[in-house]
Amino acid sequence: MTPDQAQHVIEEALTQVAPDVDTADITPDTDLRDDLGLDSLDFLRFVEILSERTGTKIAEDDYPRLATLASAVKWLAGG
Amino acid sequence: MPALGADMDEGTVLEWLVKPGDQVHKGDIIAVIDTAKSAIDVESFFTGTVERLVTGVGQTVPVGTVLATITETPAGPAAPQPAGLPAEREVPERPAAPQPPGPTAEREAAELPRSAAPRKRGKKIAAAVQAHPPVPISPLIRKRAHELGVDLSELRGSGRGGAVTRADVERAAAERQREVAPKPPSPASSRIRVTPLARRVAVELGVDLAGLTGTGPGGAISEADVRRAAPVGEAAPARETVPVREAVPVREAASTPEAAGRPAAAAARSGAERALTMRQAIGRLMARSKREIPHYYVSNTVDMARSLDWLHERNRALEVSERLVPAALLLKAAALAARKVPDLNGYWLDDQFSPADAVHLGLVISLRGGGLLTPAIHDAADLQLSELMSRMRDLVIRARAGRLRGSELTDATITVTNLGDQGVESVFGVIYPPQVALIGFGKVTERPVAVGGLIGVRPVAVTTLAADHRASDAMTGARYLAALSDLLQRPEEL
Repeated sequence: MTPDQAQHVIEEALTQVAPDVDTADITPDTDLRDDLGLDSLDFLRFVEILSERTGTKIAEDDYPRLATLASAVKWLAGG
Repeated sequence: MPALGADMDEGTVLEWLVKPGDQVHKGDIIAVIDTAKSAIDVESFFTGTVERLVTGVGQTVPVGTVLATITETPAGPAAPQPAGLPAEREVPERPAAPQPPGPTAEREAAELPRSAAPRKRGKKIAAAVQAHPPVPISPLIRKRAHELGVDLSELRGSGRGGAVTRADVERAAAERQREVAPKPPSPASSRIRVTPLARRVAVELGVDLAGLTGTGPGGAISEADVRRAAPVGEAAPARETVPVREAVPVREAASTPEAAGRPAAAAARSGAERALTMRQAIGRLMARSKREIPHYYVSNTVDMARSLDWLHERNRALEVSERLVPAALLLKAAALAARKVPDLNGYWLDDQFSPADAVHLGLVISLRGGGLLTPAIHDAADLQLSELMSRMRDLVIRARAGRLRGSELTDATITVTNLGDQGVESVFGVIYPPQVALIGFGKVTERPVAVGGLIGVRPVAVTTLAADHRASDAMTGARYLAALSDLLQRPEEL
């Protein structure tokens, strides 16, 4: 998966979990949980969607890698 | 129009999902109602045939207004018997009814002679009251009578000064049981409660409370229920010949109701309007809570290490969709603790505490657009963690989509607010009347803690309790938080 593809999947997942968030406002450093106000259930759903779309197995220990857009893209793109 | 929560005083029919002639079952969703806070799926309180949709799509009417009439289907012997009523005795008097007598038909019938009789209904009630001078009846006896479905106004007491005793109540129940022979006792009959206002209105209107199905919290009979049961001016004649019961939840979508596409028929509130009405509804309820409920508060810091380790271990092996979040553990523990300390689980009604017989855990869900809803997870103390987790996810999704059911918004027995994800350490909540307690969970943070004489860094969370001092004392609150903490030290038993 390329970084662009990863970013696309992440943005789609976010739109689904938090429809009120405008993905144009998300910068690479945006904290996906705190800045976007995702609670633990939202985040779980987010992880679930990412996992389904990318086929990546995401363990709880991997959650810190999904903290920001930049870190998530890097990780999903296998970087 | 049912009261879908203590903070609702009017509602707008967005959509009818049934039409006249349709068969409905108790619990079927028959309409979508817009309230100040959200669009809500409203369930039928009865099983029967939709007779007439009275309130049209787009109409806004006060709580208690008739939405539709449903003719109840006479139930077979297996059907649950409606909340207890000394109805059977009156059956012979009733005008020829087109339906064979079944338990529900009889319930209808019980009300008919009164409205059909030439004399004023009020008089009959007044006479009954006079015949039995107002000897005080103890709350325990009253409760027992409610459990057994015995109408106290029909009882002649054998105690001192004609006081009704427990034995009188039980005898009356036994007699009724004989008359009604093969009917199984109803689970619902153990839960009849009446608000003081409803009681007063019932006397004014001459409504027999024993024949009513309550729609308030915990099945309490509310003023609206009483008014629904009373004949309304010109609308009454129909009910004098046919046992039609006015049910709350049905209305008229002139054309074919389409179950899909929610706000198709009538427009739901716009975002800005919704935000305003939401604030107003929350404001009214919270102001009432602070005005009426003498809150006391207690808090405790709970070591979360065991719970979180256990959770982490459990989740490691699971697919994302099966994983639990810490909130699931907290909710389960909160529900179990409520069962251990039942004085906090129930309602303050009628100037006394009525304990609830199940733990329906209200969950404060904040909506992404602002505001909140507090639907209940039914029987939360009995659910497996995985089941509790999926109910919680489901409730959050439906709360945000405006797809909650009326029953979910009215019968919480105790409420939990979890601000852990919002980064605050503790939250002292405002109780949802008529409930008597609200539990708050703060964020799990790592703190230096003394364990076994050594300082270690442990994840801890602050748990709080706001409780109604009329119903309990701080000692009770302290026991609750201690029980909660204990439960969280043994996550494998949750």
